[in-house]
Formats: sequence, structure tokens, C-alpha cells
Amino acid sequence: MPSVIKVENLSKAYQIGEIGTGTLSRDLERYWAKMRGKEDPFLKIGEVNDRAKKGESNIVWSLKDINFEIEHGDAVGVIGRNGAGKSTLLKILSRVTAPTTGSVKLKGRIASLLEVGTGFHPELSGRENIYLNGAILGMRKAEIKRKFDEIVDFSGVERYVDTPVKRYSSGMYVRLAFAVAAHLESEILIVDEVLAVGDAEFQKKCLGKMGEVSKGEGRTILFVSHNMAAINQLCNKSILLKNGLVAMNGLTSKIVDDYLKSDLLTEAYVNLSETITAGIGNKKVSFVDVYLKKHGRSDSTRLFSLGDDMHIYIHLQFKNPNQSQVRTSIELKTVDGIKIANMIDEDSHFQVSASAENTALYRITLNDLRLYPGTYYLSLYCGDTSSTEIYDYREDCISFEIIDGGKLTSRYLPKSAGLFFLTPEWKKIE
Amino acid sequence: MSMPTDEKWDIELTPHSSLFDLKLDDIWHYRDLLMLLVRRDFVSFYKQTILGPLWFFIQPLFTTVIYTFVFGNLADISADHLPKPLFYLAGITAWNYFADCLTKTSTVFTANAGLFGKVYFPRLIVPLSIVVSNLIRFGVQMVLFFLMIGFYVFKGANVHPNAYLLLFPFLLMLMAMLGLGLGMIISAMTTKYRDLSFLITFGIQLMMYLTTVIYPLSTVKEKYPKYQWMVEYNPMTPIIESFRYGFLGQGTFTMLSLGITTAITILILLIGIVIFNRVERTFIDTV
Repeated sequence: MPSVIKVENLSKAYQIGEIGTGTLSRDLERYWAKMRGKEDPFLKIGEVNDRAKKGESNIVWSLKDINFEIEHGDAVGVIGRNGAGKSTLLKILSRVTAPTTGSVKLKGRIASLLEVGTGFHPELSGRENIYLNGAILGMRKAEIKRKFDEIVDFSGVERYVDTPVKRYSSGMYVRLAFAVAAHLESEILIVDEVLAVGDAEFQKKCLGKMGEVSKGEGRTILFVSHNMAAINQLCNKSILLKNGLVAMNGLTSKIVDDYLKSDLLTEAYVNLSETITAGIGNKKVSFVDVYLKKHGRSDSTRLFSLGDDMHIYIHLQFKNPNQSQVRTSIELKTVDGIKIANMIDEDSHFQVSASAENTALYRITLNDLRLYPGTYYLSLYCGDTSSTEIYDYREDCISFEIIDGGKLTSRYLPKSAGLFFLTPEWKKIE
Repeated sequence: MSMPTDEKWDIELTPHSSLFDLKLDDIWHYRDLLMLLVRRDFVSFYKQTILGPLWFFIQPLFTTVIYTFVFGNLADISADHLPKPLFYLAGITAWNYFADCLTKTSTVFTANAGLFGKVYFPRLIVPLSIVVSNLIRFGVQMVLFFLMIGFYVFKGANVHPNAYLLLFPFLLMLMAMLGLGLGMIISAMTTKYRDLSFLITFGIQLMMYLTTVIYPLSTVKEKYPKYQWMVEYNPMTPIIESFRYGFLGQGTFTMLSLGITTAITILILLIGIVIFNRVERTFIDTV
């Protein structure tokens, strides 16, 4: 198969930090260097983009010397952890921004679906928005007219098609938006995380439509998602990005497997104060570090067995020693991004509060872990009790693995068989 | 769907593009989008209002009344022997078109960052749609202007529309190009540093006082010959003066001054397009 996308030595540098008076002198310096035909002095010192490490300059390479080719008719999954460069790659491919160095060559029309509903105007009716959104995505008016009924039918909002979209429920909004995009006739389609929205039935419909587009119609798809199940189902090939570099490129089944196994966060102790992308929040209260221990053992670990008791240690720092009314919670997710639990301190009749030393160490114990073997992520959240202010939020900051049945069972537990290992009481009553 | 076979690439994305690559074929492909954006602007303007498109009339009408009172009567500034309301309305209608094009275009990048950050289409479409949708507004306001001319002609006032009316389409184009060009320059310069956007709102106000909107050029020439150049070299002045001359029969302009304005306008538009093209490729990283 001939290539339809060819990416050669592609790099993209971003300036991080704030733009203000301070950056002007540097801009002038760069401009002066360019005028004299010299290389940009600030692009040279950029380092590999590892968001967890403090860098030396405020230029960061979101992508660095990327090379790959995509063949006609392939459905390619782009995977990697947050900040690996996935969105940057898609932004360049969809022509939203230009590369810093290198080039991309494309064959045929390219359409991107970086966020559904782009350009929807709340005051306009569904009908008017179908036309407007279609045109923004590159369709001609006649083309939209021809497909109008099909689009409305797919979206399932026929009854509201002449109502302003500001009256729509968010589900209807997304349905309509995806319906327009799904009917684009471009040779290459770029899709970013659209499936995070809509109900289960509609998500299934979207996946089905995308499968149809790539397999049935022979178009090329690039699909970014954290949802490994969707990637597995939809994409025959995948590209794994890590810190702005292509870590792996090949068949999906192998790459997804390796990605999940290699698990880029392999440390059982995570120092949260050193990360430069410090998460969301105003840091009135902040997380210093987090680590996991198995009950009865003194060293930290990230490997557990079914039925183990897990201790989560979190170290909090308070700016104000009188800080009260803090709500702290721990979110538990599967590797596919499915949220399993949100454990809030007050639900356990506990209240996190500041101490005179400004820092405090908490231990949260999960007794009798009943999760199926696999990788799980924890996110830490800290805010005020009314949920209006976020102090600190660290998404997926630490992961752990359930490796086997432990003391509960020795039989094989495939991931696809479930999420919870439950042992209900069985009794013969008649 | 045909299968691509040869090594011919349709699109090549590189760090830099040539200065004058306007991607006109791309813009042509997206012409429906231009019309839909115009429609969107127009429809969303009067959604949930009672008076609807009537608001297009109300603004110039009230401004004319105020100007007639303040500048015409209180300050007693000459109106070039024309009926005062007509004199001001002519200036306001023309000036508003230019000013609206300029202000709206100057915020293209910042106001549409959300859209531009998600999907590609030729960015030039948006400023073009602004110029066109303001044209509709301008057209509606011209109706008001014509009604007023009719009224004064009927009353037998000193109003003489003449053959220079034929310059009107050309003047309109000049105003659009000038507003578009200046707006694009400003929009491109405000993506990284916002300082200039603070300047623009009162800058346009100031520029209006340097243009012959509330006074005729003849008065400046007569009373302040020393400062005459400030008003005369303002590219908007010959446009408004010839606009007034064509429709009302009073105004001071020469073919030379109009020619200079044309040259300046084309130059500004070219600079605007070049800067806009340079910035549109990566502005989303710094906006």
C-alpha cells in the first residue's frame, strides 16, 4: 500500500511559562539572530520533554525528530501518556499549527475532529449549525445538503433540528456534532478523544461508524485515545509516543500490550513536589509525595495480589497552618481510563486538616483488594469542602499492579473477564 | 475512492511558507463557509431582540442627532453648506463601515482562538466574512441615508448628487481594504502581546477626529492650514470627502489625493496579508 502520510524529522518546540514583558527581550534576541542568518539561540538548548522533571530552559520539545509513514486505508492509534506529544502531533497534522522543523507530506483531503462541536453557534438552530459546522470542517454546501437527512438520522435529534442548540442537552449537542463530522468525505480523518462523551449506546455507534469508515470505505484514520479497548477494536496499527519521541510503531495488539506492560510509571514512590507540570489547583494545600505499601512490609511497592491490604501514604503540605475544611480524595481508575472509585475522606468519617508543622502524612488503607489483575491508576485531589476551590489535583500520578490471585485463587484471571473479584456466599437451600 | 499511487503529495506542511502564498484555491474551496459565517453574524445579531434588524438603523440615526446637536449647533462647526443631519449621516455611515471592519478584524485571532485551535480552514476566510457581513449592515444603513437624501431633495435643500456617485463602489472597496489591512496588521500583532488591543478602541476614536467626519476638509484648509496635512494625509479623508461630494455635491478632493489613498490602501492591505499569513501558522501556540 502506498503511503498517504509521511512525517520526516518532525519537531515542535513550545515556550512554557508565562508570556509577558520578560519574554520580549528574548524575542528580540531570537529575531536578531534570525536577521543575521544564525540559528535560533533558544531552540538549541531545549531538552527532551519529560514533564516530571524540572528543565533548564523554558523551551520544551513537545515532539522531537519524529519519523513515520502511514499507509492508505490504515487505522492508526496514537497512544502515550499525558504530555507525550499526541495532541501536538495531531495539531500539526490537522494544520492547526506549523512544525518548528521537519515536514509532513499528505495525500488527499484531511479532516480533523479534535473536538466535536467546534464552531457551533448557540443561537443558531440544529439545522443551521449542521451547515455551519460542515463548512468549517471543509464540506461544500451542496455536499451537506445531500447528506443532511443522513446526518440528522445518525444524530437522532430530528425533533429538535429547528431549535437553537443552546437548548440542547449536552448529549444531543455531541450527537449532532459527531454526526456532522462522521459524514465528512475526506481521505484522511483525524480523531481525538471524541468518545469520551455521549452515552454508552452512542459511543458504540461512533466506534461502529469509525470502523465502517476505515474498513468499509478504505479511508485512513488517525485516532488518539486513552481508551485501549477502543484502540484495540478500531486500529490495526499504532504509534506509541513517549516524551515527544516515537517509542514504538507497529501492530496495535503488540503495542498496546507492551504499553500496558512497560507501564511508564514504574515507581512505587512518586515525589510530587519536583514535577514541573504541577497539576491543577492553587496549591494552598499541596501534595508532596505519595507511595504505596503492602500491609506487613516496610518497603514501598507497586505490585499487589488479590486480597492484599494496600496502604496509600500521602504527604500533604499546608501553606496556612490554620487551613481547615479540606476535602481530600483518591480516585481509582483502570488503565483504560474507566473510573472505578472516588474515595473521599469524609465518607470514611475522617477530616484532613492542617497541623502546626505545616505538613502531615496520612495513611489510607484499602483492605482486601478485590480488583482483577491489571494496572490501575490513582489520582489525588485536594480542595475545599464545598468543591468551589481546587487546591491540588494530580491526575494518574501513581499506578499499581495486581499481579495474581494471591491467597484467594490460583486460577487464571483474564482481564476481559471482569473488574471485581467477588466471592459471594454460595449455599444450597433446597 | 481512487487509490493514490504515485509519489505526488497534495499538501506539504513545513515550518515556513512563502510570503505571498495566499492559498487562493483553498479560500475558493471554502467560499460556502464565508457565506455561512456572514449568515451566522447577521442572524445571531438580532436573535432574541424585539426590534431585530431595525437596530442597524437606530445607531447611526441617534449618533446623527447627537452630532447635529453637539458639533453642529453647540460648537457650530461648519457642515460645508449642507443640511447638517445629512452631512453627519454621510460621514458616520462611511466611517462606521471602516471602523467596524477594522475593530472586528483586529480581534480575529484572539476572538476565534477556540475555533482556530481545533480545526484548519484558511484563516483569511474570517476577516473576509467580517468585511462582507459589515457590508450588509452598511447596505441597510445606506437605505437610511438614501431616504434622508430623498427627504432633503424633496424639501429643495442644497443637495446635488452628481456623476461622482459612480466612484461609490470604488470607495467602498477602498474602505473595506483599508479596514481589512489595518485590522489584519493589528490582529497579527496582538496574538502574543496584547498591549496593542488596548490602543485600538480609543485609537479609532482619535482617528475619527483626524478624519472629516464631523467637519469638512474645506474648514480645516481655511482655518488651520498648518495642521491641514494631518487630516489630508489620513487615507480615510479623501474617501469620505469624495463620498460626500458624489452623493451631496459638497466635498474637497482631487484625483491625486484619491490616488494616494488608493496606493496607501493597497500597500497596507499587502502588508496586512503578509503579516497575517506569517502569524496564522503558529499563532495558536502563543495566543
